[in-house]
Amino acid sequence: MIIGVLRESRPGEARVAATPATVVELVKLGYEVVVEPGAGLAASFSDEAYVEAGAVIGEATAADIVFAIDPPVERLDGLSRGATLIGMLNPRLDPGLVEDLSRRPITALAMDAVPRISRAQSLDVLSSMANIAGYRAVVEAAHVFGRFFTGQVTAAGKVPPAKVLVAGAGVAGLAAIGTAGSLGAIVRATDPRPEVADQVRSLGGEYLAVEAADVEVSATGYAKEMSDDYNRRAARLYAEQATEVDIIITTALVPGRPAPRLITAEMVASMKPGSVIVDMAAANGGNVEGTVPGEAVVTDNGVTIIGYTDLAGRLPAQASQLYGTNLVNLMKLMTPDRDGRLVLDFEDAVQRSMTVVRDGELTWPPPPVPVSAAPPPTPTDSSSTTTEARPHEKRPVPARRSALVGVGAVALFLIVALSPAALRGHLTVFALAIVIGYYVIGHVHHALHTPLMSVTNAISGIIVVGALLQLGHGGNVVTALSFVAILVAAVNVFGGFAVTRRMLAMFSRS
Amino acid sequence: MVTIESGAQAAYIVAALLFILALAGLSRHETAKAGNTFGIAGMALALAATIALAVDQDISGPGLALLIVAVLIGAAIGLHRASRVEMTAMPELIALLHSLVGLAAVIVGWNGYLHVEADLGGSEAALLRGQDMLGIHSAEVFIGVFIGAVTFTGSIVAYLKLSARIRSNPLMLPGKNILNIGALAVFGVLTAWFVIEPRLWPLIVVTVIALLLGWHLVASIGGGDMPVVVSMLNSYSGWAAAASGFLLENDLLIVTGALVGSSGAYLSYIMCQAMNRSFISVIAGGFGIEAGPADDTDYGRHREVTAEDVAKSLATADSVIITPGYGMAVAQAQHGVAELTRRLREKGVDVRFGVHPVAGRLPGHMNVLLAEAKVPYDIVLEMDEINDDFASTSVVLVIGANDTVNPAAVDDPGSPIAGMPVLRVWEAGNVIVFKRSMASGYAGVQNPLFFRENSAMLFGDAKDRVEDILRVL
Repeated sequence: MIIGVLRESRPGEARVAATPATVVELVKLGYEVVVEPGAGLAASFSDEAYVEAGAVIGEATAADIVFAIDPPVERLDGLSRGATLIGMLNPRLDPGLVEDLSRRPITALAMDAVPRISRAQSLDVLSSMANIAGYRAVVEAAHVFGRFFTGQVTAAGKVPPAKVLVAGAGVAGLAAIGTAGSLGAIVRATDPRPEVADQVRSLGGEYLAVEAADVEVSATGYAKEMSDDYNRRAARLYAEQATEVDIIITTALVPGRPAPRLITAEMVASMKPGSVIVDMAAANGGNVEGTVPGEAVVTDNGVTIIGYTDLAGRLPAQASQLYGTNLVNLMKLMTPDRDGRLVLDFEDAVQRSMTVVRDGELTWPPPPVPVSAAPPPTPTDSSSTTTEARPHEKRPVPARRSALVGVGAVALFLIVALSPAALRGHLTVFALAIVIGYYVIGHVHHALHTPLMSVTNAISGIIVVGALLQLGHGGNVVTALSFVAILVAAVNVFGGFAVTRRMLAMFSRS
Repeated sequence: MVTIESGAQAAYIVAALLFILALAGLSRHETAKAGNTFGIAGMALALAATIALAVDQDISGPGLALLIVAVLIGAAIGLHRASRVEMTAMPELIALLHSLVGLAAVIVGWNGYLHVEADLGGSEAALLRGQDMLGIHSAEVFIGVFIGAVTFTGSIVAYLKLSARIRSNPLMLPGKNILNIGALAVFGVLTAWFVIEPRLWPLIVVTVIALLLGWHLVASIGGGDMPVVVSMLNSYSGWAAAASGFLLENDLLIVTGALVGSSGAYLSYIMCQAMNRSFISVIAGGFGIEAGPADDTDYGRHREVTAEDVAKSLATADSVIITPGYGMAVAQAQHGVAELTRRLREKGVDVRFGVHPVAGRLPGHMNVLLAEAKVPYDIVLEMDEINDDFASTSVVLVIGANDTVNPAAVDDPGSPIAGMPVLRVWEAGNVIVFKRSMASGYAGVQNPLFFRENSAMLFGDAKDRVEDILRVL
């Protein structure tokens, strides 16, 4: 089958749905690839590079499979019958497009409708784009911010580090936390889902919890709209932080709804002049009062509010590469035989969820796929299951241990005290030898445990001494048995030492 | 005045000290060879002293001849086996050698009975009775035979399992713990009886019971628990020797037996800790018993890579850690892995190995295999030494390991292996897992590592795949 890669038509869209590197992968899967002339120019991929990777330059709408970033609204008529269109179709918020698509004899897959389950991560373009956008948000903020991010002590005085607040620790938020942290800023983050606290900390951020009764574990992997009580407490937290921090990056989105308003005009007004806010939810209405989608505005008190909606597209080469790789992963999933034939498997929840239209038949919305990054809430008897789950972590409590030692000592005392004089000497030797053995073995290097076993094997062949002394005393039976015992013990002695020698000779330093 | 008798006693003490030095020498690679030499010296001294003693006690001419013949035959067999054995077959050899100690202990015990208890009117019995030691002697015969017999059959089963001559799945007899405890109880009762009234038949019965117990004990333990079993049998063989020492009133045997016994016990302890299981739970049953919740969790999809991709990422990595497991030994991939290590190190890549204590079927098994393949021992590190370095490592190669790199042990408190210390490979940038298929490991637990975003699977025989990578490099 032929894959066509469109040249994006939306003004300002610099990304492309395949790069030379992903073309190579697509060809390996058995597809032929047609790339429209100049499709990758804005992302710094030349037509020659595509040809070198195995693609053909030409018109792409007529292909069997059409790769796009944005829905090619103007060019839908050019699609051939039975074609498969794959792109960020945004079916949740664009019912007009969904309806238009469903009237055509095509199949349409929405890359931005991939369910958030772990095995679909490799196709999740929202994650890839959010990651880039989070990075870019920090870069945009740094560009406007009139100071260093990192603290410095210079000959000209001390510079305090910038303080950054990231609202929402999803993929974009985490990327922003990591980027701001690596520029040297002090980073704080909020999120209604407490399970992300560890992720925030792992990137060097500080997690600010909103103290509220209803902690949220969502069934879709996204945050939900929160209760009033929660929102009041959160607002107080943001109001406090606004006066303190230099930069705020908001990433809060609730799928299928307008973005929640987190930062009010008063909070913006309370910020220091020169502060920067990047509102990553600008396209969906914005988390910040006063955001203008697609623009950067400066408030009366000198705070810049950046509302760019194309943050990921501002890194076109990177964004194209990740998007293209997501598409390759989708193709791998849908080309089970690696023979260049696309198979749409409706049994697979991932493919089902993405499909907006199948062969002209509307399949949107798909059935929900429940998933969460947190473990599912345990039912009522959670206390008993957690204690049962770790039986091996129990260690004898000190009191129990000393009791055991005490019992052992008394038992040993009785055995020795009751034994005849001739045995007592032997028991003394025995006890001391065990202690010596324990300490000597405790120091043996872990890498030498196998030689240790073979050498102890050899010396336990010392039992040959016993058999030697029995040989020739008593009857023929005793002699015969002793003969066998000497023989097997000798195997042990000689075999054990020889194999130890052989092994030890193998160990060498670099 | 030095007599043969007192000279032999002195030689025994020196030999015992030499044995202690032998074990102490193994604490470091540098002194390990010297340690082995001390061991040989101690053994030579002890044998010389004993033969002198035997001659002094008027051993008959044919007796002496028999003695020499037995030692020569034994030595020939032992040396032959030692020079031929494959390093991957070390666990089998060790198990086989344990069984021989067990057999010798049984024989020494029986001989002790034939010497004394079978001839209660004889001079030896009279002598012991004079010292009030007759009952003790009978008990010693019994204990020695019992431990020896358990060691004997237990080691044979371990040998058969390790050499894949029988299936290594745990044998599940109904009420197996009751069988074990019952055998011990019968042993206790019979010992008391035998001390009071030494007869032949309780000795025969106890020998048979001990043989069966040894068989059953090891048969009901699965292949992955073999490191514990082998070190446990090592320990038993020591106690068997010590019991013979008590029987023969020979301090050298007692000291040596105690050394070996505590050595094996200590190793078992380390192995159990490395699996976060108690010794009793290993003996009392495999993982299968407490099988985790029915495993229908959606772990997601694994990602597959080709040998070329792996070669590429290895060539550009600055640090690589290889974590080998039993699968490497099975596939005989250690030489390819060593060659890979050499090549990467020549390219300036920092290659190290992370070895889990229970990797393989014998304590320290991986180290020996890697040493045989000429991997320098100073880049082969223990779990605790390397676990903190995974986070700063570019690529980890997991070769034939599964449970020992399972993140569920850390993340999932409900997992059957929860709390087991594991190599935290998933913290590295990329993890490549060499595996035959998606089957689960010994513990029967699915490994979420395979489905992590930074993990990729390289399917097939580990040896072939490593060679594929070498061809590309």
